Amino acid sequence: MVESLIENWGFPEWMAYLIAATIPCVLLLHVVAVGALFFIWLERKVSGRIQDRLGPTRVGGKYGWLQSLADGVKLISKEDLVPAGADSWLFRLAPYISVSCCLAAYLTIPFAYGWVAQNLDVAVFFVLAILGLEVFGVILAGYASGSKWSLLGGMREAAQVVSYEVPLGLCVVLPVMLAGSMNLTTIAQVQSGWFTSWLIFYNPFLFVTFWIFFTCALASVNRAPFDLAEAESELVAGFHTEYSGLRWSLFFLAEYGSMFSVSALAVLLFLGGWNGPIPITSWIGWTFEYGWFWGTLGNFVGLANFIFKCSLGIVLMMWVRWTLPRLRIDQVMTICLKYCLPLVCLMLLGNLMWPWIAGPPSASFVQKRYEAYQHLHPEPTTETEADEETTAESNSVAISLPQQVNEKQKVVLTTSSTTDSSLPLQTN
Amino acid sequence: MTMQADDPRLIEFDVRTDEMLVNMGPQHPSTHGVLRLVLRTDGEIVSETTPHIGYLHRCAEKIGENLTARQFIPYTDRMDYLAGMNMNLGWSLAVEKLLQMEIPEKGRHLRVMIVELNRIASHLLGMGAYGLDLGTFSPFLYAFREREKILDLFEAVCGARLTYSYLTIGGATHDLPPGWLQQCEAFLDQFEPNIEEYHTLLTTNQIFVKRTAGIGLLPAEMAISYGCTGPVLRGSGVDCDLRRDGEPIYTRMYEGYDFEIICERDGHYPDDYDYPPVPKEAQLGDCWHRFYVRMLEVVQSVSLIRQAMDKYSQTAGDYGIPVRFNHKLPAGEAYLETESSRGWMGFHIVSDGTAVPLRARARSGCFSNLSVIGEIGHGCLIADIPAIVGSLDLLMGEIDR
Amino acid sequence: MAETESSEQPELSWLEGTVLPALEKSFPEEIVGCTTEVLDPWIEVRPESIASVCRFLRDDPEFHMDMLTNISAVDYFEPDPKKAKRFKYDPHLELVYHLWSTHSKRRLILKLMLPRWKNDQAGQLPEVPSVNSIWRTADWHEREIYDLMGIFFLGHPHLRRILCPEDWVGHPLRKDYEMPLEYHGIRNR
Repeated sequence: MVESLIENWGFPEWMAYLIAATIPCVLLLHVVAVGALFFIWLERKVSGRIQDRLGPTRVGGKYGWLQSLADGVKLISKEDLVPAGADSWLFRLAPYISVSCCLAAYLTIPFAYGWVAQNLDVAVFFVLAILGLEVFGVILAGYASGSKWSLLGGMREAAQVVSYEVPLGLCVVLPVMLAGSMNLTTIAQVQSGWFTSWLIFYNPFLFVTFWIFFTCALASVNRAPFDLAEAESELVAGFHTEYSGLRWSLFFLAEYGSMFSVSALAVLLFLGGWNGPIPITSWIGWTFEYGWFWGTLGNFVGLANFIFKCSLGIVLMMWVRWTLPRLRIDQVMTICLKYCLPLVCLMLLGNLMWPWIAGPPSASFVQKRYEAYQHLHPEPTTETEADEETTAESNSVAISLPQQVNEKQKVVLTTSSTTDSSLPLQTN
Repeated sequence: MTMQADDPRLIEFDVRTDEMLVNMGPQHPSTHGVLRLVLRTDGEIVSETTPHIGYLHRCAEKIGENLTARQFIPYTDRMDYLAGMNMNLGWSLAVEKLLQMEIPEKGRHLRVMIVELNRIASHLLGMGAYGLDLGTFSPFLYAFREREKILDLFEAVCGARLTYSYLTIGGATHDLPPGWLQQCEAFLDQFEPNIEEYHTLLTTNQIFVKRTAGIGLLPAEMAISYGCTGPVLRGSGVDCDLRRDGEPIYTRMYEGYDFEIICERDGHYPDDYDYPPVPKEAQLGDCWHRFYVRMLEVVQSVSLIRQAMDKYSQTAGDYGIPVRFNHKLPAGEAYLETESSRGWMGFHIVSDGTAVPLRARARSGCFSNLSVIGEIGHGCLIADIPAIVGSLDLLMGEIDR
Repeated sequence: MAETESSEQPELSWLEGTVLPALEKSFPEEIVGCTTEVLDPWIEVRPESIASVCRFLRDDPEFHMDMLTNISAVDYFEPDPKKAKRFKYDPHLELVYHLWSTHSKRRLILKLMLPRWKNDQAGQLPEVPSVNSIWRTADWHEREIYDLMGIFFLGHPHLRRILCPEDWVGHPLRKDYEMPLEYHGIRNR
């Protein structure tokens, strides 16, 4: 994009970079903001239906779909209070940290094939790291509020999120291991085709892992039954007890934003990303092989697929929230350290042993994995002895497939941190 | 090299963690109104709980000394405003005892019907609010769905939805409106199957069990010593219910009714009810058992109402005539306790022979039930405090009076 | 007592036939009397010995009064001089203890008479031994009575106001109580 701006439009380089950065940022901001508004409205409707009532019905017509916008306007117009006992500067800063971390996670989330702000090769790692950073906003808010309830909320959040990072990270390892890449686009492309090729159905271990991931994700974004940091019946409102108006709504924006991003992560890692359950788009030829127009059309279908699946994940989270009582802090820790962690380790082990149990991955899967990589890194790779030597030297992790696989398809995958796109994947 | 206690280096590196005093209430979402608890906490662990009450104190007893007995009825509504009918009944019966007055049989059946309906409404709210204390919102609205219908029934009877002043000295202010029994029947038919839902949402929910079983253990001896009554006492396994054990003027209301006191005997609850089994983790006297007793009492009340409706429609005669507002009381005193939904509601009325009592003492069940919180509310986590307070099903209007 | 009457009123015959003799045997000096010709018959006890009588009633296996359901304080006084002429009681305070047994399901009422003021000096609260160590119910009930009626309970571990604010003046349930006109800048009238 930068190149085309410079070459075709004659922009100076700095401006080209600026424009190229602004467009995805603005788009993403809107996705997050509008998404949050939509999901807040949806949550109120879903909870209403679960609780045998209607939810909002007035603002914006029949379904009250403008309710969250009206609430937003109300919140913005509210007084921005800072308690006298608060550390004023940190108190004001905290919501922005939360919300910016939440936004940053979107940078590497692909919404459809190639529709990603930054096609990072370590996207999975990046998203997890950034989501983990969000906790700083909460801890700061808890600390800076100068309220005991807020402090307790902040400490709970710290303990909880730090513990759940571990199983969450381990859950993510399984799809990454299979796809042979930490690039989210690659992982999603590996799952193209029928829904049976989604990684959740790849083997029983991944199926279990998905649910562990969902549980941990729930905990890491502070949704009930893990909403201890803001447990209203215990801690008044936890870390955001003292917040009001816009700053308070920023915390909510961050909460709903990260709900969407963990959902998106789950969809990309386990549920086929933008690939529908039935590969209709490839049947009717809406792919990039037939030109950019058809590809873009197909991408829109993929986008709809992706958002639908993410919304399903979010609705599931809402369903859980409005059904279950809240856990206690020690029970939250028990679930994490005594159940989730050993279980996910077991799943990891099982997944490693799966080729030994059920035979090697199917030829089509290996082919897809190869193609997915090719799509992302279209430069032709040339086989030379030197290249192979370089690979061997670069401390890469090699997963060699069992010998039965056709020699042609034998792939050596590396997950090295190098960004040199010509090297990591080799076919013999 | 040894370090002395006053060694400055030691003090410098001696990182101490302080206990923290946290003020829970009177404006706290889960203290059921205006209860104030001062918690001494070490991190998440509560080492001491001190209750402070009186934020809703209206000195109703003083008001009672300035009004005639019947004029005091609306003030009893405002004590336990979730079980107003039970409060009305308590005061009415105490005054009737002093007047040595007997109301007709039909009036007694009417009272049973109304009071038990109110007990259901009160327990439903207690159950819903308990869910809220434990962080789940939906059971609250499920409970309200049914409670609204009971309030509709009450509205049809007396025009009020919360402060009824319906049962009064000498009977009730009105007879039931035509068609009311059918409405009540329809409500019970619709309500009874729904109780299953509450058990699914809370009683048998694994998280709920984990949050309540073994928490806030109140042994029977302690419960008795603290004067805990109602479901709190029965949740500790004490077989005690004034509807059976009370004074004759009260138990006569329940004469001929078939009901068994809800209480664990020899490790199991009465068999009349279709109820989910007691989980392994639950110990007698914990939050779970107190909650469970309430849930079973709802079923018990449904059966009592059905019996009362039968008896009411089969009994000929009058439902009772209320006394005049300035009815003179004989000199003397009477004390009567009734089984209200939250515990024993006792009224001690002393009269010097005029229409206005010399003393109108209200013994509140919640008052004694709350006093036990200092004993069972320590050594637990902060999150257990709402669980314990909620399981006592407190109502500040009744505590502060 | 006639045979028919006692079968009609088992409570009364139990009180007269069992409780009173046992109490009079153990506490010959402390029991003032027993009033039976009323709705709720009571046994009157000397104020200074209420704690020992209560302890006996709780611990004696025959009575086992393990629950104190209520303590109520009554102020017999008529502040209005016009009405006072027709007021047929001497000014005094009464404490009524309502006991209950979870075993025999029987109830028992103890009463004690107190002067309105100690040594008849206005402002000096009358004193009664606390039964807090016998039944924990008494803890809050005695605090409430101290707060609202102004009776001092000797031996209560933390006798302070419970319903009124700590700095409240006066005891609202006393018949001669007058509402303060102002409390911390809040006008009451």
